[in-house]
Amino acid sequence: MTDFSINPTGRKQGRFGQIALRWSLYLILCLFALYYLMPLFVMLTTSLKSLEEIRTGSLLSLPRNITFEAWSTAWSKACTGIQCEGLRPYFWNSILLSIPAVAISTLIGALNGYVIAQWKFKGSNLIFSLMLFGCFIPFQVVLLPMARVLGILDLAGTIPGLIFVHVVYGIGFTTLFFRNYYVTIPQELVKAAKVDGAGFVRIFWSIFLPLSLPIVVVTVIWQFTQIWNDFLFGVSFSQAGTQPVTVALNNIVNSTTGVKEYNVDMAAAIIAAMPTLLVYVVAGKYFIRGLTAGSVKG
Amino acid sequence: MSLMLEVKNLYKNYGSVEILKDINVAIEQGDFLVLVGPSGCGKSTLLNCIAGLEQITAGDVVIGGQNMTDVSPKDRDIAMVFQSYALYPTMSVAKNITFGMKVRGVDADTQQKKLNEVAKQLQMEPLLNRKPGQLSGGQRQRVAMGRALVRDPKLFLFDEPLSNLDAKLRVEMRTEIKRLHLDLGATMVYVTHDQIEAMTLATKIVVLKDGIIQQIGSPAEIYNNPKNLFVADFMGSPAMNLIPATAVSKPTGTEIKISRANGDPLVLMDKTKLDLPENVIVGLRPEDIAEAGYRAGKGVQTATCMVDIVEPAGADTYVMTHLGGNEVTARLHAETQAKPGQPLDFAFDLGKVSYFDPETGSRLN
Ligand SMILES: Nc1ncnc2c1ncn2[C@@H]1O[C@H](COP(=O)(O)OP(=O)(O)O)[C@@H](O)[C@H]1O
Ligand SMILES: [Mg+2]
Repeated sequence: MTDFSINPTGRKQGRFGQIALRWSLYLILCLFALYYLMPLFVMLTTSLKSLEEIRTGSLLSLPRNITFEAWSTAWSKACTGIQCEGLRPYFWNSILLSIPAVAISTLIGALNGYVIAQWKFKGSNLIFSLMLFGCFIPFQVVLLPMARVLGILDLAGTIPGLIFVHVVYGIGFTTLFFRNYYVTIPQELVKAAKVDGAGFVRIFWSIFLPLSLPIVVVTVIWQFTQIWNDFLFGVSFSQAGTQPVTVALNNIVNSTTGVKEYNVDMAAAIIAAMPTLLVYVVAGKYFIRGLTAGSVKG
Repeated sequence: MSLMLEVKNLYKNYGSVEILKDINVAIEQGDFLVLVGPSGCGKSTLLNCIAGLEQITAGDVVIGGQNMTDVSPKDRDIAMVFQSYALYPTMSVAKNITFGMKVRGVDADTQQKKLNEVAKQLQMEPLLNRKPGQLSGGQRQRVAMGRALVRDPKLFLFDEPLSNLDAKLRVEMRTEIKRLHLDLGATMVYVTHDQIEAMTLATKIVVLKDGIIQQIGSPAEIYNNPKNLFVADFMGSPAMNLIPATAVSKPTGTEIKISRANGDPLVLMDKTKLDLPENVIVGLRPEDIAEAGYRAGKGVQTATCMVDIVEPAGADTYVMTHLGGNEVTARLHAETQAKPGQPLDFAFDLGKVSYFDPETGSRLN
């Protein structure tokens, strides 16, 4: 405010300009929020309507008679091809698949990041670059080789096979997250622990892991979202009985004969998306914090 | 007295860059060795080599008579205090201090006993349950010291432990470290870039520059007989006056001629037996230049010089003048009447004068 004493009205104008700017910012943000919330609104309302009401009413209108019929159909009765058991068995598959895959890829990422950031060896930077490169390989490229590997390992079409695929594909990202977090931790910490007599595993377990909550949250959210929402690997490497929920959702939507049951489709889609939504709501706060976490003040 | 630490012909390279070159040092039980030198000269690297945290390229490290060159840090019987303190952020102060014992499988009673001893010694009993993040800089420093002290090792290693503290605390902790050294009779290696810390703490000083040892000696030796221009300039505050001059041999001694911008050259007579080349650099500490009449002795000669600047510093007053094209600092008594721009009679005490070769920088007398 250098012009404060010379031109007091200039300051007022500046203040007014700032307020206007702020409100237009809010306005734009609200528009964006509306834009993004609209599909969710349509999905929710549609899933609570009966088919009759969907046919006669408008897309944007609120349901006149709220019914959970579509939800229970989607959960346990909708047909995914010849079977009509709803999403339930596949939802369970997805849980069986994503929890171990997230846990294993996070743990391996943490160990990798720890080594690359704090136990540098000849070629460690090269290995890190190659792992980063792995993050940018498109899914489609690995489909055929991966099918072959799964065949050799005798894991084709099984849930452990899918876990394996997701772990391998996720390591690049999880390593990157942990490495970038651990490089901010002063090397002297490792040195001090070495002098204290601790070894590689002890230092990781007693000193690095307890520091890692923010980045573990970030990695878990990231990995869980990726793995839960994955469709391509799921559809490529599973059989009837081991398919994840995303594949089942696709089948429900595509296999209706006769009338399209929009309310069931919408309910199924919301059910399939529920876990990732839940993870964000529960841990989103830590996600932001973890992404911006700086160095550890000793 | 037995040798506690010997570093023999140590070399350290990072890739193709030589960081440490032919380091040879030995200290005895109870010594306080200070490694001093400007930033980036390799002090921390040398300390890490002694600790075993860095692999050395060539040479040997012997601790307590045992060759430790290929021994891992945890088996070298050392304790180390780091510049950033390196406290374990998620552990309480007590856990920080006992971590080493826990890792080594010391039983819980002994751990508790030692923890209590150290906490008492460093007066940090109220802090034991806090996390490092809840401590002030000085308190963290204390905890880092405590972590080293519980170990009771053969060798204590300190890497600039006071450089993150404010000036007042630094002086307090310096005294405390000195007291600890006296109380424990322990052997310590201490890295600093602060030459005052080096002078006040050391029983033996190693001056390093660019990975090469410039001089090893007691603080007094380093201060009074610096081996080259680098050591002369680096040690002491204010720094030693280094004045270009010409030397002429006379029957009664050596005549030292120092040019002055306006007026006759300043001529001093050094009556000790010397064999100097024609061009020399005269090294005189500020305290060896006094006001005439305030200093007597065999080597004292007086001359009149113009005063440039007067800086009262409480106990002393520093007075600047120009000699041989350089600014020269004299340390005068506090009540001096020196005024800028006026002449003053100075007493030059050649009793502790140093002469250096301007080309090689090495000491001539
Ligand atoms: N890991 C490393 N790789 C390459 N060069 C290093 C490494 N560590 C230190 N150096 C170099 O070694 C020199 C000495 O460093 P250091 O021992 O930390 O100096 P000081 O502690 O005296 O300030 C510096 O020039 C520094 O750049
Ligand atoms: Mg250093």
